[in-house]
Amino acid sequence: MRYILSVLGLAALAVLPMFFGDYGTGLLVGLAGYVTLATSWAMFSGPTRYISLATVAFFGVGAYTVAVLNEVLPYPLVLLCAAGIGATMALLVGLSTLRLAGIYFVIFSFGLAELVRQLITWFEVNVTGTLGRYIFLDLEAKHIYWQLLALGAATLALSAWIRRSRLGLALRVIGDDETVAAHSGINLARTKLVLFVASSTIITLVGAIQAPRWVYVEPSIVFNPTVSFLTVIMALLGGATKLWGPLCGAVPLFLLFEWLSARFPDHFSILLGLMFMAVVYALPDGVLAALERFRRKGNGDKTAETAKEASA
Amino acid sequence: MFLSTLFLGLVLGGTYALLALGLSLQYGIARIMNLAYGEFMLLACFAVTMMFTSWGLGPLWGLLVVVPLGYALGWVIHTVMMRPLIKRSGGGGRLEVDTILATFGLLFVVQGLMLVTFGSDFTSYSYLNQGVGILGTTIAANRLIAFAVSLVIGFGLYAVLIRTRWGRALRAVALAPGSAYLVGIDVGKLGRQGFALGGALAAAGGALISMFQTFSATDGVVFTMKALIVVIMGGVGNILGALIAGLLLGLAETFVAAFIDPGLTMAATYTMFLAVLLWRPTGLFGKAGG
Repeated sequence: MRYILSVLGLAALAVLPMFFGDYGTGLLVGLAGYVTLATSWAMFSGPTRYISLATVAFFGVGAYTVAVLNEVLPYPLVLLCAAGIGATMALLVGLSTLRLAGIYFVIFSFGLAELVRQLITWFEVNVTGTLGRYIFLDLEAKHIYWQLLALGAATLALSAWIRRSRLGLALRVIGDDETVAAHSGINLARTKLVLFVASSTIITLVGAIQAPRWVYVEPSIVFNPTVSFLTVIMALLGGATKLWGPLCGAVPLFLLFEWLSARFPDHFSILLGLMFMAVVYALPDGVLAALERFRRKGNGDKTAETAKEASA
Repeated sequence: MFLSTLFLGLVLGGTYALLALGLSLQYGIARIMNLAYGEFMLLACFAVTMMFTSWGLGPLWGLLVVVPLGYALGWVIHTVMMRPLIKRSGGGGRLEVDTILATFGLLFVVQGLMLVTFGSDFTSYSYLNQGVGILGTTIAANRLIAFAVSLVIGFGLYAVLIRTRWGRALRAVALAPGSAYLVGIDVGKLGRQGFALGGALAAAGGALISMFQTFSATDGVVFTMKALIVVIMGGVGNILGALIAGLLLGLAETFVAAFIDPGLTMAATYTMFLAVLLWRPTGLFGKAGG
């Protein structure tokens, strides 16, 4: 029954561009993109509590791979290359940083996008001699939307599967207490690495799929740090430890930010910052957890709440 | 060429060390990783610039104004923003993540306010920009003064921390927050003072850097990153380590910029950062283990 509902829901989402104009379809592309970004971000950062600020580093690498290869290889192969490059980069970054304490990881990931941007800029200026590339692919907004929809659905399915598997259990133990996890025989480094690579590869693919939306690509365009910040705040708002949390955070926030950035372009970063603080102070565990607490309080079911908190 | 690069590197490194000292105090004593640190610094840059261009008040006098303001701002932010988070965490590991996210929000608010007020253009002013000859090379007087003042502040602070009773209490909180209160130290109060002191140092660093560098309202993140890297390389909470790591970073940047490519300074910084962390996860002068 659940599978039939999911398929029906997906089909309903897929026909939406038929009813929307160009602007509406553009919004759908952005929405599907951020839902996928937030869900894949939470796949790794939710259970491990390693706050990654490197989203745009992978997103930008995906977009840039398409910009470089779009006239050389057929489109599906370009996507495959992007995924491969993203996975390799995640593997390298993960191998060198995931052994570090959480706080060092935050800081490293914070600057990773800047590092990659600088390296690509340097390479383009000094080696290839051209800064900036064109993407000529005859893909319409709705084609991009369908690809993102498929990727988003696959990401949710993967997240759901991981949560139920041994890997998910291991991750939750790591998130609760690394020492306990190590003593119960969980291979910390490998578990974190697998998840980090999976999540980063999906993020790279989102960048690659969205790349044709820009016709002209330059490092400073595709490595826009706001993407990382938005992803984090969306996932946290919804609740990064819940399967549907990132989605619940991404949809309203994306629409809100879209509206705000059109209305108050100069004050956007102030509003973004205030929103960030509001989430941290008012909804530390996300909207879904707050709703659950609220509902349980309404039922007067105190025992369930304490039991849940003890196990959480 | 070599000698002048060496001097430039040392001068830049001196200001980096000063920048990192403030962040190191905030993290070491108050246990708050302040991602808005660079924005504090930029506020001082803009304040000093405004005082100089509109009132003719030299940056060294400006320093005397912005440092107390930096202390006050740090105090207010700790009281208003950080205390609720400290209370909520109850001393658990949650504080680290919460403060990172909260100061991250603060970063955007301050950056946005600066963009609205000052615009996104690069700003600078010209103060004592004539060259001074040293050992056959010339170096701008403003850089030399900035370097000298950084060293005075840095070693002055070191002396205060080592010699005075207050400094000893601050170090006790940094070393053992769990047991410092057993000997009658008000850990909460000293944490707030440590955070405020960090704000004062950020202001000092900003005022000095504005003397010889151009800056814009969006540069805060870069300054924060550099300060963080210096703090981590030096070993968290280690004042002398931060001084040495700051100098090293300044040297590495100037040498890479002069002899390899100015576009690769960030890459050089990161390579150093990663290499140090992989080799010694607690920093060059950090305690073993932990």
